[in-house]
Amino acid sequence: MMTFLQDTTRYLFFTGKGGVGKTSLACATALALVEQGKQVLLVSTDPASNLDEVLGQRLTSTPSAIPGAPGLFALNIDPEEAANLYRENVIGPYRGKLPAAALRSMEEQLSGACTTEIAAFDEFSRLLGDPKATAAFDRVIFDTAPTGHTLRLLTLPKAWTGFLNANTSGTSCLGPLAGLEKQRGVYEATLTALADATRTTLVLVSRAQKSTLKEAKRTSAELGLLGITNQRLILNGLFRARHGEDRLAQAMEGRDRAALAEFADWLAGMPVTRVPLRAQNVIGIDRLRGLLGDSWSQPDDTEVVPPVGAMNILAESLTWLVDDLARAGRGVIMTMGKGGVGKTTIAAAIAGELAQRGYSVHLSTTDPAAHVHAVAATNLKNLQVSRIDPAAETLAYTAEVIATAGKDLDAEGRALLEEDLRSPCTEEIAVFRAFARTVADGDTGFVVLDTAPTGHTLLLLDATEAYHREVLRHASDMPAEVRELLPRLRDANFTKVLIVTLPEATPVHEAAYLQEDLRRAAIEPYAWVVNQTFAESGSRDPLLAARGRNERPHIREVAEQHAQQVIMVPWVPEEPVGFDRLGQLFEPKAAKHREVELV
Amino acid sequence: MKLDVFDPPMCCSSGVCGPKVDPVLPRFAADLDWLRGQGVAVARYNLAQQPMAFADNETVKTALTEDENCLPLTLVEGKIACRGRYPTRSELARFAGVKIVAIPVVTVKQEACCGGASASGSASTCCA
Repeated sequence: MMTFLQDTTRYLFFTGKGGVGKTSLACATALALVEQGKQVLLVSTDPASNLDEVLGQRLTSTPSAIPGAPGLFALNIDPEEAANLYRENVIGPYRGKLPAAALRSMEEQLSGACTTEIAAFDEFSRLLGDPKATAAFDRVIFDTAPTGHTLRLLTLPKAWTGFLNANTSGTSCLGPLAGLEKQRGVYEATLTALADATRTTLVLVSRAQKSTLKEAKRTSAELGLLGITNQRLILNGLFRARHGEDRLAQAMEGRDRAALAEFADWLAGMPVTRVPLRAQNVIGIDRLRGLLGDSWSQPDDTEVVPPVGAMNILAESLTWLVDDLARAGRGVIMTMGKGGVGKTTIAAAIAGELAQRGYSVHLSTTDPAAHVHAVAATNLKNLQVSRIDPAAETLAYTAEVIATAGKDLDAEGRALLEEDLRSPCTEEIAVFRAFARTVADGDTGFVVLDTAPTGHTLLLLDATEAYHREVLRHASDMPAEVRELLPRLRDANFTKVLIVTLPEATPVHEAAYLQEDLRRAAIEPYAWVVNQTFAESGSRDPLLAARGRNERPHIREVAEQHAQQVIMVPWVPEEPVGFDRLGQLFEPKAAKHREVELV
Repeated sequence: MKLDVFDPPMCCSSGVCGPKVDPVLPRFAADLDWLRGQGVAVARYNLAQQPMAFADNETVKTALTEDENCLPLTLVEGKIACRGRYPTRSELARFAGVKIVAIPVVTVKQEACCGGASASGSASTCCA
C-alpha cells in the first residue's frame, strides 16, 4: 500500500463491480492522504451512494467537512438533486415572465431520464474539467457507481464531444449548440484530464473472485481504450484460513487462490495492492484508518460487535421460494439490490430451478455489466437466456426509427434524423423500451429479470414513471408494452420483486432505502433474500465464526423491520457459476416453514 | 424572408428521445432544412431550452397567455402564420413565397397535427 500512497496523482478514480469495497477503500485512501497534510475532496458519483454511512456524515452536493478528519471534505453527486438544480436554472429566470402553464410544461419536459443523466454528468465534468471547481483541494477522489453505470459516465465526455462536433442541426438534448461552447470546453477538458497519466489514476477494486476479476479486467481494457492508462488494482477482502480443519475456511481460501491463478497473467502486468478480509463492515473514520495498514493479524479482526444474544427468526429457504413462485405459472420475478450481493446468482438459480420443473423461462438482465450467460450456462430448451445490451438495443432502435418515422423522408431529412439519433440520449430510450418489452414477456411465461445495482435501477424506474405520465396523456400513441409497463410492475400478482442483500450493515440499509423508493412508486417487494450467510455455517475458523456472529443483528433487522418474507441462502464453498453449481443453493427437498436459531 | 418556429418544450427537435418518435417531427425538421436551402432565414426555438426567445417575443407571449396549447407557432416576418401544429412543406413554401420544383414524397398522415405531442404535454389538445 505504501508505494500506492506515495506520489499520488491529483485525480483518483475507484471503480469495480458492486460490493467489492470501493467506498471503504476510497475513504481509507482519502484519510491516508489527509494524514500526509493534503486537502482532499471525496466525491461519490453513485446514485445509491453509501458514502454518508461509511463516513458517518450526511452529505450534499457541495463539499462538507468531515468531523474527526481535518482536511477531508466529501460530496455526493445526486442525479435527482442535480436534475432539480438544472431545471431550476433553466426555469427560474422566467417565473413571472412566461405564463404558468408554459413553465409547467417546461418542467415536465425537463423531468425525463435524459435531463437526469445530463445534469449528473454536467456536475461530474465540472469537477474534472473546470479547474476552478476543485482549486481548493490537493487531491480529488472519485468513488464511482458499479461498473456499468461508471463506464457510461466515463464514456460520455467523449460521446458528447463527438456529437457536438459533428452536429449540424444546431440543437441537441443539451440545449441549443450556440450556448454550449463553454460546456464543450469543459467536456474536452474532462476527456483530457482522464487520459493524462500524470493527473489521473484509475484504481480498480476487486475481490479474489472470478466474476469480479473478470469485470475489473474488462473495465481496465475498456477504459484503456479511452486513454485512461494509469491503472492499478486493489485486491480486497483476501482470506487466509486460520483453522486447519475447518472445511469452509479451506474451501474459501482455495476459492480465492483458484481465482487469482486464473488471472495470473493479467495480474502480473498490473501494480497490485492486497487488503485482507475483515470480520465486519468497515464503517466510521477509526476503522477506515486501519484498513490500509499492514494487517494480516489486526487485533480486532475477529471482534464481534455489537454483542447480541441468541434469537429465533422465521426464515425460508430458496427451495421454499421457488415452490411459492412456481404456483403463479407465469409473471415477472425481479432481483434488486446493491452491487455485489448476488442478484445475478439468485436470479439464475431461480430461473434454472423453474426451467427444470418444466416451465418456460426467460432469464434476462438490465445490468450492462452482468454476466448472466456465464452464470446460467445450460442446455435446457425451455430456458432462454438474454441480456439487454445497450449497444445492440441502440442499433435496433435506430434502425426501427429510420424505418418508421424516417421512411417518407428524403435523403437530407433522413441524414438529419440519423444525426439526432447519434445523440448519446438515444441509448437511454432504447434500453427503456427493451426493459418494457422484456417485462411484457411475463404474460406468457416466467421472466426472471436480474437488475443493475440500485442506483441505475432507480433511474430506470424514474424513467418508467416519467414516461408513464406521458403515456397517460397520449395513451393511443404508445407501444402497448410501454403503456402497460408501470401497471405490470405494480401488480403484485404479476411482478414479484426480490430484494437481495448480504447480512451486513451497508447492503441492508441500501436495500431498505430501495424498498422505500419502490413503495413510493407503488411497487411492494415480495421477499428479501439474505445471501451468503455464515450464521448457520458452524465454521470453527475464528474470522468466519466472528463474521457469522456479526451477521445476526443485520438478519434480525431484515426480519423484524423490513421484509414480509425472509429467505436465507448460505455461503457455498464453490463459486455458484453454471447450473450444476447453482444447485448448491437449494435444499435437497421441498422445505417447510422453518425457524432459524442464531446463536 | 424570416421564418421562426416556436416549439413546445421538447428534448430534441426530431423527438427521437421520447418513448415513441412522432413521424411529424423528423419530417418537419427535414422541411425546415429544405427551406433553409431555398435561402430563407429559419430559426427554431424550443421552450425547454430557449425560454428567453419566448419571453422576449410579445406576439408569442400573448398567444401563450391566451391559449397554453398554441404551440408550435410558426411566425413569418414576426406574424403568426400557423398555430397548434406544424405546417406542411407546401404551406412553408407558400409562407415564404418559394416554389417547390419537385414535391418530394411526403405522405405522413397529418392526424397528429399536434406535432410535439409525444415530447410534451402542452400541445396535446391543440386540435380540439
